[in-house]
Amino acid sequence: MALPIMAVLVFFLVLPIVMIVTVSFWQATEFSIIPAFDLENYEFLFGSNVTYRVFFNTFKYAFITWVFTLGIGFTVAYFLAFHIRSLTWQIVLFLLCTIPFWTSNIIRMISWIPFLGRNGIANSTLISWGVIDEPLDWLLFSDFAVILAFVHLYTLFMVVPIFNTMMRIDKSLIEAARDAGASGAQILWNVIIPLTKPGIMIGTIFVVTLVMGDFITVRFMSGSQSANVGRLISNDIALLAYPSASATAVVLLLTVLIVIGIMLRFVDIRKEL
Amino acid sequence: MTKLSRRNILKGGAAFAAGSTLGAPMIWAQNIKDVTLRQFGTGVSNLNDVANKVKEDLGFTLEMTALDSDSVTQRAATQPNSFDIADIEYWICKKVWPTGNLQAMDTSKIKNYDKIVGIFRNGKLTPESTIAQGTAPHTVGFTEGPDGKGFVDNESGWMTLIPTIYNADTLGIRPDLIGRPINNWSELLNPEFQGKASILDISSIGIMDMAMVVESMGEYTYPDKGNMTREEIDLTMAIFTEAKQNGQFRAFWKSFDESVNLMASGEVVIQSMWSPAITAVKSKGVPCVYQPLEEGYRSWGGGIGLSAALSGLERDAAYEYINWYLDGWVGGYLMRQGYYSAVPETSKNFMSENEWGYWFEGKEATDTITSPTGDALAQAGDVRDGGSFEERMGAVACWNAVMDENQYMVRKWNEFIAA
Repeated sequence: MALPIMAVLVFFLVLPIVMIVTVSFWQATEFSIIPAFDLENYEFLFGSNVTYRVFFNTFKYAFITWVFTLGIGFTVAYFLAFHIRSLTWQIVLFLLCTIPFWTSNIIRMISWIPFLGRNGIANSTLISWGVIDEPLDWLLFSDFAVILAFVHLYTLFMVVPIFNTMMRIDKSLIEAARDAGASGAQILWNVIIPLTKPGIMIGTIFVVTLVMGDFITVRFMSGSQSANVGRLISNDIALLAYPSASATAVVLLLTVLIVIGIMLRFVDIRKEL
Repeated sequence: MTKLSRRNILKGGAAFAAGSTLGAPMIWAQNIKDVTLRQFGTGVSNLNDVANKVKEDLGFTLEMTALDSDSVTQRAATQPNSFDIADIEYWICKKVWPTGNLQAMDTSKIKNYDKIVGIFRNGKLTPESTIAQGTAPHTVGFTEGPDGKGFVDNESGWMTLIPTIYNADTLGIRPDLIGRPINNWSELLNPEFQGKASILDISSIGIMDMAMVVESMGEYTYPDKGNMTREEIDLTMAIFTEAKQNGQFRAFWKSFDESVNLMASGEVVIQSMWSPAITAVKSKGVPCVYQPLEEGYRSWGGGIGLSAALSGLERDAAYEYINWYLDGWVGGYLMRQGYYSAVPETSKNFMSENEWGYWFEGKEATDTITSPTGDALAQAGDVRDGGSFEERMGAVACWNAVMDENQYMVRKWNEFIAA
């Protein structure tokens, strides 16, 4: 039974990673790649303060996006799981949440551009309401726009696992808490959140890895003016610098693994599934 | 199915055997229709209209793939078997030619070779012209012989690329939103346009626009903008990084469509731009000017190269295609978009007198000028921005280039984007 899965994993996961690690020690000129064992790619990476700034930026996007997707995702899941009584309506409303996913994420992202632009719908509406006199430039091509797009794109990845774990919570536990005199806030904090932790953690892993690996959202929504690690890699690839792209990818992979490792220290997903 | 295709192969083989004993012209008409040539290049000249016309005039199939400049370089350098014809720029040729993925072309087989403009042969538009800085096309246009790997500085009879298309680039502006004359490259960094300027995020071209701006500001005069030293690169980037941090730029663009949208929506009022992008903005009814500037133009040229793997009937078809390309139909099509053809005089036969006067001679339009897709671009009485062919191509200050310090420049460019 395990053999086919092993074969698939070795072929499609382990081998590519081994290849990337190997290439990261190679050297490249403008149009050729030279097999070698050389630490130059890593030396350049760790020696440049751009790397640190870009990694910081990547973490910043991941953290802020995580805060918002968790807040919105948890609220939506809570509403669906505990306030909607009939299963039919739960399914209907849940499907409603997935409607934006019927279009490509590039389309969903790019449609923000005319909305947020200097002469876009958001600015002209605010001006006609008299809220502002001058169009707000920071709405588009800014960190605000990047994070808005991330939150829009990835909140569902938070809703689904949290909703899933919430549905498995035994309702009698909540009744028991209420019988014992707990307030609504106490039930939320002491019963629901601890029992929802695995869902939160799975959602967090989705969101953090998606945001840290992204490059296209950052490019479009920042108007190419901000960079994250994904953009460094894509720039390198565009310029045929595969070894240097591989080295960056290896560092990014390790960083993400460390982040996930730390998160898994807090919640044992396997035990709680 | 199997039987049918096997029979076809056998038939083809027999015809080929017959052809090789009886002489090539016999098979020519028979087999040319089966030839498919795969061409790839930047979006500017990879037009489906061209492929359709090739099918109509020459009978064989041309498959087009359009990519951005970086991808084009990458593919030409690393995947020689993925194409038959490379439609690339001269600065890309400088990078790709040494890999040996392209083959030299015999100019004696090019019917209109003698009519190709001087820029691509000895570098001079007119005998008095001075040659601009950067990778001027004639410096990478010829190689020593059929197996040449280097470049030579004379018309050796073996070309690396057959020139097809070129233009002089400058800044695009929104005259309605600026409301005053713009005459210098330095205006790109004028604080007046804070948050309303843009530059293209393609390092090899962007650095040249930057150099034009730096010179125009009087900050520095480069001995050769097309081949900067590390110190010169640092200096250029420092000036632009400071401007970026002061919020001068609204966005950077990488693709043609992005530049059109930035300009048409009014996000940006002054930016680096390409000629057909101006045309696209105008055809939306938005005023946009390809502003001639005192310091001159940044120019570029493209041409067709043949894959080293191309031989036999396919190569004959490719030469046929090149001769057809220079014969005027494509030239006329490209000139109506605002580019120039390598053999202008043949293009004239495919343009109306009004079009030729407006696009090439810089005369007032006598009637409405329309784009190849039918949008009105200019009315009677309008004059092309920058004037005639000689005025525009004669005012080239530098050519798109690849520098010796290219890798250093690219790293610095990445830092600029991340700054």
